[in-house]
Amino acid sequence: MIELRDVAYSYGGGELFSDLSLTLAPGSFHFLTGPSGAGKTTLLKLCYAALTATAGEVRLWGEDTRGMDRDAVALARRRIGVVHQDCQFLDHLPLAENVALPLTAAGRGDEAEGNLTDLLGWVGLSDQAAQLPPQLSGGERQRAALARAIIMSPDVILADEPTGNIDWEMSQRLLTLLVELNRMGKTVLICTHDLNLIRAAKSQVPARVLRLKGRRLIAAGAEL
Amino acid sequence: MSARETLLRAATLLRGDVQADRAVPPSGFTARLTVFTAAAMAFLAVFALALSLATGRLADRWGDELARTSTLRISAPADQILDQTATALRALSTTPGIASARALTPDEQRALLEPWFGPDLPVETLAVPQLIEIVEVDGGFDATGLRARLQAEVPGAVLDDHTRWRAPLVEAATRLRMLGLVALGLIALSTAAMITLAAQAALAANEQVIRVLRLVGARDAYIARAFVRRFTLRAAGGAAAGTAAGMLAVALLPSTDIAGGFLTGLGFRGAGWLWPLLVPPFAAAAAFAATRAASLRTLRSGT
Repeated sequence: MIELRDVAYSYGGGELFSDLSLTLAPGSFHFLTGPSGAGKTTLLKLCYAALTATAGEVRLWGEDTRGMDRDAVALARRRIGVVHQDCQFLDHLPLAENVALPLTAAGRGDEAEGNLTDLLGWVGLSDQAAQLPPQLSGGERQRAALARAIIMSPDVILADEPTGNIDWEMSQRLLTLLVELNRMGKTVLICTHDLNLIRAAKSQVPARVLRLKGRRLIAAGAEL
Repeated sequence: MSARETLLRAATLLRGDVQADRAVPPSGFTARLTVFTAAAMAFLAVFALALSLATGRLADRWGDELARTSTLRISAPADQILDQTATALRALSTTPGIASARALTPDEQRALLEPWFGPDLPVETLAVPQLIEIVEVDGGFDATGLRARLQAEVPGAVLDDHTRWRAPLVEAATRLRMLGLVALGLIALSTAAMITLAAQAALAANEQVIRVLRLVGARDAYIARAFVRRFTLRAAGGAAAGTAAGMLAVALLPSTDIAGGFLTGLGFRGAGWLWPLLVPPFAAAAAFAATRAASLRTLRSGT
């Protein structure tokens, strides 16, 4: 599905990581941890071709991203739902239109109406559909970002510190949604510092925990 | 790109995509800049067009009229001038290639001198040469032969076939017409450049919008279309307003009859009024091409 082979990434003259390999198999659940600046977000961006590796290869559904044109990358991103810590919404559009954006950008806007009602209900934002993103709380924004990430029914969900700006209760709620999606067969990769979140997830789903440290990706220890 | 593809794209652009349009925030200084630039440039384009058409007419008129006429000037003592004029007219009436010849009346000669001497000049009391206007047939006449004949029969006659000063006048008018066309070209290029800058500024100002659209899998063409359609419509709207204002200003210029002179020839006549109506579509086309190129270039530079 998503495969990184011996990948290296250099930035500003320095190498962020090298010889990094990772396979996100269908239906798997991964956590990616590591100290700040280790390159977690960069690794995540490599997974959806927002960045290009300086060495090694990144394959999306078997296709090397280096050989993909811009349209092919756009089409691949429709199969990957991304949730960022800062959510990244269009602040001038109401929440419902933001959530439906992947469908409208794909020219499938007419499918949005039925999906939206169910999806906003599922993430508990039915009453906020008409609100603008700046009017939402941190937790509401994260749930909206998750709704937007999955409205196209992607195969993979990548989440970068999705609980970074929200309280524990809301983190639990968001985690429950991600675990539910994984049980539906979606592949999930979450970058996080939050060890409690990882522990909570591992009690619900067989999650693989990876740690990015010292320019290498290693399996996390038994303490998790 | 084939003509069919171009037409299809234009139709798609006009039909629009409401949802794609909504992805880009509707307001901002770039919107006002585009509308103002298109309006100002269209206003200037209407004047450049009027200048070009007017100088074209002027060149044609000078070229045609002066090419078909000549002037015979008779300078002689007052007691001989009538005889010499009559002799000259007789000679001219038998010269092949001359359609007609007539002596200018004192009133006509007074009108010719009026710009220099003012009104009510007593032409009769002055030693003003008698002028004879000669109208030629299409093939013209043998000026050398006529000069030789006149030298023998009318010693005070000087034939001026206008060649000496017609050419520079026609050349000046032709160059003015070229200048008008060059001005039109420069205006079109300036419009495209200004709209390109405005589009680039809009793209830079909407970096977050582009990032989000990319994140959700929007193709470059989809993102570009939202900007291109908006800028094209703004440019067309601004140009339509500018063109209307320009046409009104040209229509309000003093007429030839009232003021006389060269500048009052500036304007449109008859079907010529249709030419300025091409300015808004051209501005829209320039905006479309400029914004599309700028959008795709900017989008290609990002990830």
